[in-house]
Amino acid sequence: MSTTAVPDVAVASVNEGFWTRTRKVGLVLVALGLLATVLFGALATGEQARFTLSEDAAGAALEINGTVGAIVFGLIALAAGGSMLAGLPKRWFVPVLAVGLVAFVLSFLCWQVSAAPTGQNFMPLVNIVRGTFLLALPLIFGSLAGVLCERSGVVNVAIEGQLLMGAFSGALFGSISGSVWVGLVAAAIGGSLISLLLAVFSIRYLVDQVVMGIVLNLLALGITGFLYERLMQTDAARYNSAPRFSNWEIPLLSDIPLLGPALFRGNIFLYLALLLVLVIHIALFRTRWGLRTRSVGEHPTAADTLGVRVLGLRYRNVIMAGAVAGIGGASYTLALFSFTKNMIGGKGFIALAALIFGRWSPTGALLAALFFGFADQLATYLGAINSVIPGQFLAMLPYLATILAVAGLVGRVRAPAADGKPYIKG
Amino acid sequence: MEPGEIHALLGENGAGKSTLMNVLYGLYQPDEGEILVDGKPLRLRGPSDAIAAGIGMVHQHFMLVPVFTVTENIMLGAEQVRGGIAGFLDRRRARREVAEVSERYNLRVDPDAVIEDLPVGIQQRVEIVKALTRDVDLLILDEPTAVLTPQETEELLTVMRSLKAAGKSIVFITHKLGEVKAIADRITVIRRGKTVGTASPEASRDELAALMVGRTVRLTVDKAPATPGEPVLELSGLVVDDDRQVRAVDGVDLTVRAGEVLGVAGVQGNGQTELIEAIMGLRPVLAGTITLNGQRIDGWSTKKVLRAGVGYVPEDRSVDGLVKEFTVAENLVLDMYDRPPFGRGLSLRPDEINRSARERIEQFDVRTSSADAPVGTLSGGNQQKVIVARELSRPLKLFIAAQPTRGVDVGSIEFIHSRVVHERDAGTAVLVVSSELDEVIGLADRIAVMYRGRIIGVVGPDTPREEIGLLMAGITPDATGGSPQDGSAPTATTDPDVVATTDADVVSDAGTPATTDRDVPATTDGVVSAEGPGSEDEKDR
Repeated sequence: MSTTAVPDVAVASVNEGFWTRTRKVGLVLVALGLLATVLFGALATGEQARFTLSEDAAGAALEINGTVGAIVFGLIALAAGGSMLAGLPKRWFVPVLAVGLVAFVLSFLCWQVSAAPTGQNFMPLVNIVRGTFLLALPLIFGSLAGVLCERSGVVNVAIEGQLLMGAFSGALFGSISGSVWVGLVAAAIGGSLISLLLAVFSIRYLVDQVVMGIVLNLLALGITGFLYERLMQTDAARYNSAPRFSNWEIPLLSDIPLLGPALFRGNIFLYLALLLVLVIHIALFRTRWGLRTRSVGEHPTAADTLGVRVLGLRYRNVIMAGAVAGIGGASYTLALFSFTKNMIGGKGFIALAALIFGRWSPTGALLAALFFGFADQLATYLGAINSVIPGQFLAMLPYLATILAVAGLVGRVRAPAADGKPYIKG
Repeated sequence: MEPGEIHALLGENGAGKSTLMNVLYGLYQPDEGEILVDGKPLRLRGPSDAIAAGIGMVHQHFMLVPVFTVTENIMLGAEQVRGGIAGFLDRRRARREVAEVSERYNLRVDPDAVIEDLPVGIQQRVEIVKALTRDVDLLILDEPTAVLTPQETEELLTVMRSLKAAGKSIVFITHKLGEVKAIADRITVIRRGKTVGTASPEASRDELAALMVGRTVRLTVDKAPATPGEPVLELSGLVVDDDRQVRAVDGVDLTVRAGEVLGVAGVQGNGQTELIEAIMGLRPVLAGTITLNGQRIDGWSTKKVLRAGVGYVPEDRSVDGLVKEFTVAENLVLDMYDRPPFGRGLSLRPDEINRSARERIEQFDVRTSSADAPVGTLSGGNQQKVIVARELSRPLKLFIAAQPTRGVDVGSIEFIHSRVVHERDAGTAVLVVSSELDEVIGLADRIAVMYRGRIIGVVGPDTPREEIGLLMAGITPDATGGSPQDGSAPTATTDPDVVATTDADVVSDAGTPATTDRDVPATTDGVVSAEGPGSEDEKDR
């Protein structure tokens, strides 16, 4: 995306003088720490805040007095910010920042949990972790689709449409055939059809890639919406009752406390997402395909002079991206719900944000997706305990975080140099 | 080409050297003709065919991925892989190969350095290593010294000699005579896409310069002797950088008087573009002053400079001179659209605009179907006439024309030249910049030759072309005698500083590392500035 090329320069100038990036971030963290210590500490009640390692109030739990917890974690955040202000060595920046932010969140949770109505002063961590991953799933698939596409130089705004088409084809063909596997393959094909259109129009006909992406999102919405009303609503039993993947328990791993029940009793999509992150990460940075993909996304002319087939590689990557996103869409219809109109509901755009926030890397995208998923899950939890904080505030977090990331505050965010630029030979 | 030979391809910018070599490297397809390697015709469908045929090329704008390491750049396209279909990169082997080649040819590079952190000279070395790891027999170097410091140039020449000793053939593209004489075994001179001669390195600089500049039929321009008046434009100690923050104009003093045409000659890329953009307020002045009729105008906005009575024909008409999608009539009022009679308050007055457009189309002989035709549909010559018509339609003190007849048919050339002379006779000071020596000689009353950001000499139009050609190549005559001079020229004919240095000196600033090529628009003649497109028009809008 062309707009993100600019922060490069901005960051360079920020680094000059006393107010380095570390110090600026430190200042923000100090402010957050103060807020946590004073405000959260004052608002927290003397009730115990219980974080249970199960799905309900029962079982082993981590407990702390609400007020004490809010203040202690607030002070930790404050200290982390302070050390940054004092001039922290660069290699410590990321770990200290992580500690500070986690402490801030914990302080916030101590307040919230302790202030919850009597009898609800607990947070079931298994639910939270599982929900985080569940909500992050389409984002992981979506942002991986973005990585595949944009690393080769084609902007993928059509993630939303690819997810939606995948969800739809998965539901339709899964229902007709009665097989989850047929549904899964159909979902991949559905997603790649959308991205094939993106590829043809942006690579062959040089249509603006962002505009094309938006058009494809609307197209996918229109087609699936129409067929949903005509087919699925009239005969749901036949066309919209796809079989679902059951949960697979992984032996041994599923017995780990907290992580076991949350992560290793999931469905195929959860495992597939984590596997894909790993595979794409290794492929991108360790294989010939990855080297060529990145070269085509950065400097296609150079790649061309070395005999790399620029356009062919772009076609291949864009279509693969569609397949990945299509499977992501099926993680709804072949595991959780039956298809409904516009069921992706903007997750594709949050995936795009996760891609940018994760700096166009598969692991970064995973972390960003999990962060967004956590914010989403937390919003649900706060609603359940009647928190004074409206859930909508937390729903804003993905967008806020992306704006900060693009503005260069979280580090150097640099899109592939040729991202969004069609390659014209000669 | 023979094995173990360094063959220099000499010619001015835009002469077709790079195009020829891109064909040889398979990047462009030839329209006609064929390429013979070892006597066999070769069809190149792409660079990989060229590489397979043992042809390697170091491009003028480096073909390196800035965020990749040296090894990654070198292995790209010819990766060593393990693990069958997965194709895992064998980095260790690639690194070893890089180390080996750089050892063998004494081209030291750090295989793990990231390209964007490396100085330009080292990046070029990486390019050469990249070609060598592909076992090329023929290496094409496209203007390799253009971006190098004198020290780096020396090193490159040493490298070229050792490559030659190793039996590699080299095509060395340049317009620098000194380097050619220092290294080439054979020289081919190209001009306007044609081979105009072959020479041995023993040929004198004069001969080479003459071949390069050419001896075409002189275009004559009818004009009376000039009657110069008061100085209108005075430049003093002007210093300007180009887009890459490399010094482009390095202390220029120049005076243009009312009623005379001062022609600036020089091989393109010696600072002419930046000089004019600085006068027009399109480029910041780093030092020195620009005065117009005694008033300082440096630091003024372009709009203010134009309104002060300066007319400007930019060198790239399609990028800087016209809005192609706009009609002829609209383009004719780009400078005056907000002034009466064309504009009133917030609105334009189409009737006035069209009436005046029809008048000027008539007056300047613009061949167009109508005043409402988009200007992009006109031929190059007629587009240029639209610009000239626009710029000459307001009272001027100074008229600046850069490459006024580039890519223009002969008829339009004559017409534009006569308008320029007409403007001079009306008492306007005229500054013409052209890389066509014929044009400068035909139009100018005095000729200033620009070389490496300086005015290397100011001579009269009757000076022999060979002498001007030498000046353009940076060679000043030992004696100042013989060149008829106007007397009013503020610059000395010879600049001892420049005489001493015939090799690379001012061009590249050693203190500016890692300006990667992707920042610079890759136009063949390298004249379009990044901030350039449409800037004049935009500021006016």
